[in-house]
Amino acid sequence: MVLLKIKFTQQRRVHLAQGLWLLSWMAVMWGAIIFCLGVYLKTELLRRDEVMDNTEIHVVPNILMMVGLASIGTNWVASRVCQDSMDATRFPRWKVLLLVWFAVAAVLCCLLIAVVVLSFALQGRLEESLKVGLRNGIRFYKDTDVPGRCFQKETIDRLQMEFRCCGNNNFKDWFEVQWVSSRYLNFTSKEVKDRIRSNVDGRYLLDGIPFSCCNPSSPRPCLLYHLTDNNAHYSYDYHSEELNVYSRGCRQALTDYYMQLMNSTGPGVLSVILIQISVLLSMRYLQTAMEGAMGLEDPEGESEGYLLEKGVKETFEDLKVNALTMLKFGQVDPNDTEGSSEAAEKDASPTPAS
Amino acid sequence: MPFMPVKFNLQKRVKLAQGLWMIYWLSVIVGILIFSLGIFFKIELRKRSEMMDNNESHLVPNLLILVGLLACGVSAFGGKVCHDSLDPVKFAKWKPMLKPYLLLCCGFNALMLLTVLLCFLMQFAVYLTLAEGLKNSIKFYKDTDTPGRCFMKRTLDMTQIEFRCCGNNNFRDWFEVQWISNRYLDMSNDLVKDRVLSNVEGKYLMDSVPFSCCNPGSPRPCIQHHLTNNSAHYDYDHRIEELNIWTRGCREALFSYFSNMMNSIGMLIIATIILESADMAGLKYLTTALETMEDPENPECESEGWLLEKSVKETFSEMLAKMKTLGASNQVEGGDAAEAAT
Repeated sequence: MVLLKIKFTQQRRVHLAQGLWLLSWMAVMWGAIIFCLGVYLKTELLRRDEVMDNTEIHVVPNILMMVGLASIGTNWVASRVCQDSMDATRFPRWKVLLLVWFAVAAVLCCLLIAVVVLSFALQGRLEESLKVGLRNGIRFYKDTDVPGRCFQKETIDRLQMEFRCCGNNNFKDWFEVQWVSSRYLNFTSKEVKDRIRSNVDGRYLLDGIPFSCCNPSSPRPCLLYHLTDNNAHYSYDYHSEELNVYSRGCRQALTDYYMQLMNSTGPGVLSVILIQISVLLSMRYLQTAMEGAMGLEDPEGESEGYLLEKGVKETFEDLKVNALTMLKFGQVDPNDTEGSSEAAEKDASPTPAS
Repeated sequence: MPFMPVKFNLQKRVKLAQGLWMIYWLSVIVGILIFSLGIFFKIELRKRSEMMDNNESHLVPNLLILVGLLACGVSAFGGKVCHDSLDPVKFAKWKPMLKPYLLLCCGFNALMLLTVLLCFLMQFAVYLTLAEGLKNSIKFYKDTDTPGRCFMKRTLDMTQIEFRCCGNNNFRDWFEVQWISNRYLDMSNDLVKDRVLSNVEGKYLMDSVPFSCCNPGSPRPCIQHHLTNNSAHYDYDHRIEELNIWTRGCREALFSYFSNMMNSIGMLIIATIILESADMAGLKYLTTALETMEDPENPECESEGWLLEKSVKETFSEMLAKMKTLGASNQVEGGDAAEAAT
């Protein structure tokens, strides 16, 4: 019972080969696009490397790049096979390679589906990584004189200005750390001494934020200090003031940005999956049709193309038996010799009767 | 005596036609590039139009768009002529259009030359417009409640952040205007009253700058207020402090941005002029080579191609004579009629 049999005349075979050739070149182009998407995503992730704690999310662009390159190679091979398929002398040399090709193409499709699933599944991990990274960034904001952390301030400032966000969850994160370096604090001043004594760790905490949190859309010049004190500023109400600083946290802003980036690659990846599957199926039909045609006395006559020689269940069982035979290679031989001696006895016994 | 004659056999003619066809298509691509650069320039001018008081001149980008479109059209037509040139039947229908086409190409080159000149000269106009526009922007920074100027603050803040600049010439421009709206000033406060009374116009002036002037690269949290008062901040000397706020003025920053853009576009147009001239020369050689074939039925015969039928001097004097005849044609006819009458 053959799966999805289709009759092919010579002309139909030629059309199939030509169509598959075009399709495989289109797939090469899409593979290149997927590779470029992977490179772009990786570059964007690397740019904000300093505020991420781990690189788990990098698995998505890495797979995209790998699959893109593999897809280019695989589909180029497919186009070569198509070119040779019309020539009966050159086609047989591809026979063994085609088995490998089918396996590789199937693996590529699975990897692409895995990428789509991963880009959703890793969102939680990305948020965690950003949470830890931003927390450290805010803590080390003041350490502009410590080697290895000198540029933390500039990185966080630029990040907040570019993504229009403030702090980790919101701007109050800045109230909990000392973000003004001790080098610029006058320790003889009463105000500074009071603030430092007001908490256990001896940190200079204030209800102020860095300038990079300021929202340019505010009608009022930006208020940076004494944010919780309504009396410190004229006509100011801490609870109703919305436009003064950015209300969004940077973790949310960055997560949204990366999720949007990965979602926008979704349609591209899905279309590559579809194209790859159609190349796979067409190649199978072409292979079986050409092999059928070469087996006939008249190579230009009709032949049959199919997906699987037997039904799905039977092919599966065949594959299982083949795999088991290969695994039990050593044990099969003694059984065979016993079985053959029994068969020889059985053969020997009926003959006297006849 | 033809000007710069070259002998052509069949192979040379074919090679010339093929090479010229490719150069024409290159010109089409360059035309598309000029068109897109014109659109890009126009969009950039519009984006910064608030900084220039909305009276910046769009002459250069409009001209670039026109030049780009014309280049595409002219080169596509030239490519088609080249493509048909080796087939005598098809070439015959293009023959009468060639002279006007070459004149059109000459005019087009003159237009491109004009565009290049404008690209380099209009930079002065951009500079002056920027100076005026930024002065007004800083003046209207506080007017976030005046219709038509509500977004001046945001635009100026974003510009200062993006171009890493402060004020018109430098940050001291902010000391001379009141950039805090009266809505946020407590007029009953003594400090405020002192400042307002300290100058003739009653403006609240201070030695402070907006937050958008702050430099993120500074190791110290940004000092915005009391910039000239060393004792207002710990360990601060305003004469040696360089990294706190941007030192460059926005006029210089914006001008260098636009000037770089206009210079590169000018260079590209000069390259296009050279390319188009090469196209014209090639087409002239090809058409003359095809016309001077002694035996039109035999494609293998040799022919000669040239740029001008006579030498430069003679062609020039012929042109002048023609123009004189055209100009004096009325008088000649009148004289003839008078003679005929008598």
